[in-house]
Amino acid sequence: MSLPSHLGETARNSPAPARHTPTYALVGNPNCGKSTLFNALTGLKQKVGNYPGVTVEKKVGTAYSQHGQPITIVDLPGAYSLAARSPDEAVTRDVLLGRRSDTTAPDRILCIVDATNLERNLYLVHQIMDLGRPVILVLNMMDLAAKAGLQISIDRLEKELGIPVIPCEASQGKGLIELKVAMSRSDLPLPRHSWTIPAPIAPAVSELQASLVDHSRKSALSARAEALLLLTDQDSVRVAGSTPLDGRTLGILHTWQKRWESEGMDWAGSLVSSRYEAIGRLCAEVVRAGSSDRSAANVSDRIDEVVTHPVWGWAILGVIMVALFFSIFTFAEYPMTWIDDHVASLSDWVKGVMSEGDLRDLITDGAIAGVGGVVVFLPQILILFFFIGLLESTGYMARAAFIMDRLMSKVGLNGKSFIPLLSSHACAIPGIMATRTIEDPKDRLVTILVAPLMSCSARLPVYLLMIAALVPNDRVPVMTKVGIMFGLYGIGYLGVFGFAWLFKRTLFKGRPPVMIMELPPYRMPRMRDVLLHMVERGGLFLKRAGTLILAISILLWFLAAYPKSHDGATPQEQMTHSFAGKAGHALEPLIKPLGFDWQIGIGLVASFAAREVFVSTMGVVFNAQDTGEESTPLRQALLAAKWPDGRQLFTPLTCVSLMLFYVFAMQCISTIVIVKRETNSWRWPLFQLGYMTSTAWIVSFLVYQGGRALGF
Amino acid sequence: MAETIPLSGLAVGSSAVLREFPKTGPAFLRMREMGLLPGTTLKLVRTAPLGDPLEIEVRGYRLTLRRSEADAVRVEPGGRSA
Repeated sequence: MSLPSHLGETARNSPAPARHTPTYALVGNPNCGKSTLFNALTGLKQKVGNYPGVTVEKKVGTAYSQHGQPITIVDLPGAYSLAARSPDEAVTRDVLLGRRSDTTAPDRILCIVDATNLERNLYLVHQIMDLGRPVILVLNMMDLAAKAGLQISIDRLEKELGIPVIPCEASQGKGLIELKVAMSRSDLPLPRHSWTIPAPIAPAVSELQASLVDHSRKSALSARAEALLLLTDQDSVRVAGSTPLDGRTLGILHTWQKRWESEGMDWAGSLVSSRYEAIGRLCAEVVRAGSSDRSAANVSDRIDEVVTHPVWGWAILGVIMVALFFSIFTFAEYPMTWIDDHVASLSDWVKGVMSEGDLRDLITDGAIAGVGGVVVFLPQILILFFFIGLLESTGYMARAAFIMDRLMSKVGLNGKSFIPLLSSHACAIPGIMATRTIEDPKDRLVTILVAPLMSCSARLPVYLLMIAALVPNDRVPVMTKVGIMFGLYGIGYLGVFGFAWLFKRTLFKGRPPVMIMELPPYRMPRMRDVLLHMVERGGLFLKRAGTLILAISILLWFLAAYPKSHDGATPQEQMTHSFAGKAGHALEPLIKPLGFDWQIGIGLVASFAAREVFVSTMGVVFNAQDTGEESTPLRQALLAAKWPDGRQLFTPLTCVSLMLFYVFAMQCISTIVIVKRETNSWRWPLFQLGYMTSTAWIVSFLVYQGGRALGF
Repeated sequence: MAETIPLSGLAVGSSAVLREFPKTGPAFLRMREMGLLPGTTLKLVRTAPLGDPLEIEVRGYRLTLRRSEADAVRVEPGGRSA
């Protein structure tokens, strides 16, 4: 969404009269309660989207002043510093510096800090006060600060900084009225910000500042802020949509950096140190550490002693994960059945009111069936995001990353990849959407690339059908079937770790990744925030997957329905006559070495709608009456299927080969669409399709041909 | 100046004062921005179950970093407890 355009240059650079709706940027460190404050200020009046070209969430909301005046708030991604280390932080930096053409630079800045952790939180505030815009400082979690024995003198802080300082408990709604009153003030002052730039650096700052004023037409203050930032932004993360630096300024920067390097000067470090010195002096002035009731900190510590314990830590992680999957598979079942039933009755209703014909089939078999087949995963996705939100807002997510980091680092990933990968067991889509919590762009991309190798729930019906065909004898103990299932999941893990390892050593070589992560204290989750997060994510899934999947479902329907066979043809005859049937025939030379014939080929093509469609397709192709994955008719139909030369089609070896093919192959249009959205190009989804499907082919080929050579 | 050891060599539960820091590398810049500066007191709280990463307390909050980074940070054991 675009911000009001009448906010002109003048409004941006001077304390603006708030006659028109002012735009605030909300900034703060991660874990300081920023989303809670944003939700509390704007309620449900939020728009969630993406910054064009980057996969960083853009949230804009409207709050109302005491007099009912609307105030626009842009919730910028959480950041520790404007010297960005992740795409999230880069967006925050670029919006504040006016480097993004898609987002108007905000008039005013609302900084939120965690009062219990003032020093580190003030580092970002210190950088922001350089920007030359009016700032309001919100001290959140004042209750916890009081419990920790910290007495913060609001008056002195206001006097020292020259800006309004509002104490607040966002989760209780305390301080919001005072905050709104401050936000609707028309005479918001600029921060009184005095800190001495280290002497050896000062000339460079002035030179860069002058150049930025000349070439980028920035105001003097924001040019100075940008100059300071350029000096600390050593390995600046550039993201799409950001205006690049002009050549002359860049030249000046390089000249100074070279000079300092030859002198052995640590310019970035001395800038950071001088900011922390200023913050230290400020804190000494305004914070009194009284008798601390450290019970809150102790509770967190005691929880951590168990949660990161060498034995209990793993047990708890295991229990949480089992609970997660148990809820996904049991609680999701009711809504999934409900959706299935309603999709079916909607389809029946259309069949009832429309006369027979292609248009009716297009609507029922193409559009309704296709979209229904994707929407049916929505309950699982919502439950997954509910859990992820819960784990994140309590602080457990950081602990899971902490204890898993060592294992994940063996293949070059970090602990934060663990939850997205695990979520992919339910469905790769939420897993891939959850990779946004991984700051490092390379780690994130590798995680996205390997996530679909985790056996997802849509593969289950295929596995079950093949296991039923493989071990048809009911006397085979259940444990054999369970064992096969575990084996397939295990092979998926091998794929995940093997390919992550390979990609990290080839495509994404570079500095070993670092994991500098804050472990926030445990907090009670705010249900409202968790639910809002869940609904947002579910909505994004529907919006992103919906339209394209609708188109592809119709295409797949068309391929199976045309060209028309003779009148009165059975579904089986129609399927074999259709383009899909022809595709199966065309595929046969390619898949015959794997033990598959053209009829299985139809199933492989149809699987792109969702892997589980394989089962129903096999039902149609082999003309089975009942098409449940474990139903006897389908199993018998499969076992009766023959090659033209009379050999059995579904030999045990073919079943194994087919199962392995499904473990590795990328047969899911929805995932491809999501990967495209999350990586912003077709390059990665196509690469993924290529590497996974060729791995699937090679593995199945080796197993089938090897098995044949061994006489199976 | 008293003897310094790498941060990764600090005993669990003990405090130290940070003395030396590599000048280059974005990881080290970020560590500074998170408040780890020469002269800062920190405490090694615990290590992850598999021995890596480390959890430290600095400026009243908890931070994790890997041994590979902690190896390059020199600290002077002792000092006030954080």
